[in-house]
Amino acid sequence: MAEARNTYRDGPDDLGHFGLFGGRYVAETLMPLILEVEQAYEAACADPSYAKELESFRTTYAGRPSPLYFAERMTDHFGGAKIYFKRDELNHTGSHKINNCLGQILLAKRMGKTRIIAETGAGQHGVATATVCARFGLECVVYMGAKDIERQKPNVFRMNLLGADVRAVEKGSATLKEAMNEALRDWVANVDDTYYLIGTAAGPHPYPAMVRDFQSVIGDEVKVQMDAAEGRLPDTLVACIGGGSNAIGLFHPFLDDTDVRLIGVEAAGNGIDTGEHAASISGGNPGVLHGNRTFLLQDDGGQIRDAHSISAGLDYPGIGPEHAWLHLKGRVDYVSATDEEALTAFQLCSRLEGIIPALEPSHALSYIEKIAPELPSDHLIVMNLCGRGDKDVFTVADALGTEVGAET
Amino acid sequence: MSAPVTESRLTRRFEKLKEKDRAALVTFITANDPDPAVFRQLLEGLPTAGADIIELGMPFSDPMADGPSVQLSSQRALKVGVTIDDVLSAVSDMREWEVDTPVILMGYYNPIYRYGPAEFAEAAANAGVDGVIIVDLPPEEAEELNHHLRDNNLHMIFLAAPTTDESRFPRILEHASGFVYYVAVKGVTGTKSADISEVSARVASMRTQTDLPLGVGFGIRTASQAAEMAQFADAVVVGSAIVDIITDGIDSEWRAQPGLATRVLDFVKDLANGVQTVRLESAENASTGVGA
Ligand SMILES: Cc1ncc(COP(=O)(O)O)c(C=O)c1O
Repeated sequence: MAEARNTYRDGPDDLGHFGLFGGRYVAETLMPLILEVEQAYEAACADPSYAKELESFRTTYAGRPSPLYFAERMTDHFGGAKIYFKRDELNHTGSHKINNCLGQILLAKRMGKTRIIAETGAGQHGVATATVCARFGLECVVYMGAKDIERQKPNVFRMNLLGADVRAVEKGSATLKEAMNEALRDWVANVDDTYYLIGTAAGPHPYPAMVRDFQSVIGDEVKVQMDAAEGRLPDTLVACIGGGSNAIGLFHPFLDDTDVRLIGVEAAGNGIDTGEHAASISGGNPGVLHGNRTFLLQDDGGQIRDAHSISAGLDYPGIGPEHAWLHLKGRVDYVSATDEEALTAFQLCSRLEGIIPALEPSHALSYIEKIAPELPSDHLIVMNLCGRGDKDVFTVADALGTEVGAET
Repeated sequence: MSAPVTESRLTRRFEKLKEKDRAALVTFITANDPDPAVFRQLLEGLPTAGADIIELGMPFSDPMADGPSVQLSSQRALKVGVTIDDVLSAVSDMREWEVDTPVILMGYYNPIYRYGPAEFAEAAANAGVDGVIIVDLPPEEAEELNHHLRDNNLHMIFLAAPTTDESRFPRILEHASGFVYYVAVKGVTGTKSADISEVSARVASMRTQTDLPLGVGFGIRTASQAAEMAQFADAVVVGSAIVDIITDGIDSEWRAQPGLATRVLDFVKDLANGVQTVRLESAENASTGVGA
């Protein structure tokens, strides 16, 4: 990439690098497949019928565009900046994950693949994958950490209803990292018929760029909707970060609008200083895992550390490579919120707005609680409300020491 | 680009074995598995048991290209603790009494990246290592490490897979050194069995494109499979089958039971016997020499 850049939006380079980050760090067995995915994606992008088909499914199946909602009571409560929610929790299946799954399933079909595999943490990506597989009649296998199966039971049942084979991964921390290892192993063993539908803007090139492109519909819509609502650009965008797909989808269309402040909120778990967290930028170093170079939680010997977060969707020791690069460039601020802060925001949003948010965006909301009161009333904040909280009710009940009466 | 490595323990070993018209037996174990004492016993015994090349796994927390056997062995090694420096010091101790048997290290990139590619290459060369295989560094990403390896006269050995097509193979050859390691199955280590006729056809086709020795690994579990591969390959790699003997020879707390090292080395002797005699036998048994 050229030194004298005047855009933040032209990455990655031909080899999938965002500066130092990104790339393709995979076993040779997978390399030809990854090149094939890249070629197929390029061909699809050049084919207007692909964009048209995707657009049609976005509208009639996923329910896009999702509304931009003025969170009036939240705004009054904080008594500062004007807060908007991008309502991606209203999408079919309940989160932003469907945006990516639609794009990739149409690609897999073009490639003639008949079997889809995916990893999932919160189960939202698993549900979205199982959904599009059902819709297109493709076999679906979802790898999920045993710990996540336990804490996201409603989603496991949904996946089963949708006809997916959910495979528990017992190894290590039994969360998203191990699920991704297992999915990669499956792919190596089933290269001929299988497409790996990665759920976040990470992994080997072209996944980070491709998933970003599919999720950028979020930011594109916000631009139009905010212009309609306020006649201008927003001042601050806030999104939570697991692998970083909902965040990059919101941010990317605004990267060159340098007056717009961009804030990514990582999961601080029990607190960064306790070591029990999932904040790879705030508490990690550059390294190589799952096909890309990025910030990772690791020890001095380069062994990957287990992440910790109450939110299964954020419980991952890495972050998408484009975020790592945006962090070094200083274009996006990466901050963090603890389990406890997220739980408080979760309840606040439920009571004040009548919206039960997922634990993931509750992290973003809790950061807004820190900045909004100090900002003037004409300061426009948009938060990506990227998922609904139905899946989290057991976890939250547990954390609050109450019991959920009936089954969902 | 710095000069390719032309002369090393590894090239000398392959030349010697070519004169004898036989393949090299490459044995894989994970460093410090199941504990440092047994690991050192194994290292000491492998050359006499018949290992022509010793491959040592450098454990990683997330071995994505490995099946359950090697995953377990990495976990055991990480539990007792093993750093790159530990692996290197085991090799340099070995070099005090074993000067000819090449040692190659196999692992994933992150621990090396964290150590520093330049520092790693220098320390590995000083310890008496001869080459490395980094599973998740395809040619596209390898130069960051490979130029340091070349500067230190270390081979970077690349994998070729059943999915590597004719048009991609030259790209691997541009970077490859020491030997080319053909992954005989579509899958992770230790899960499928290699199909001999498929593999021999691929090896024959690769021979038309390179003079480098051609090794075959993944999915070779028995002495007879090793012998079959040794008819046409220049090196035969056995890993998970050896590691499984270690898995079977430890108790529920991962402590080695008596006689474990002997059982592993006896298996290596079996493997070596097959690899060493197969071409002689098939030459005696009649017609054409199948040799390289
Ligand atoms: C609702 C929700 N938000 C966020 C995430 C985190 O992923 P990402 O950072 O890729 O958006 C997840 C992942 O499961 C999720 O379900």
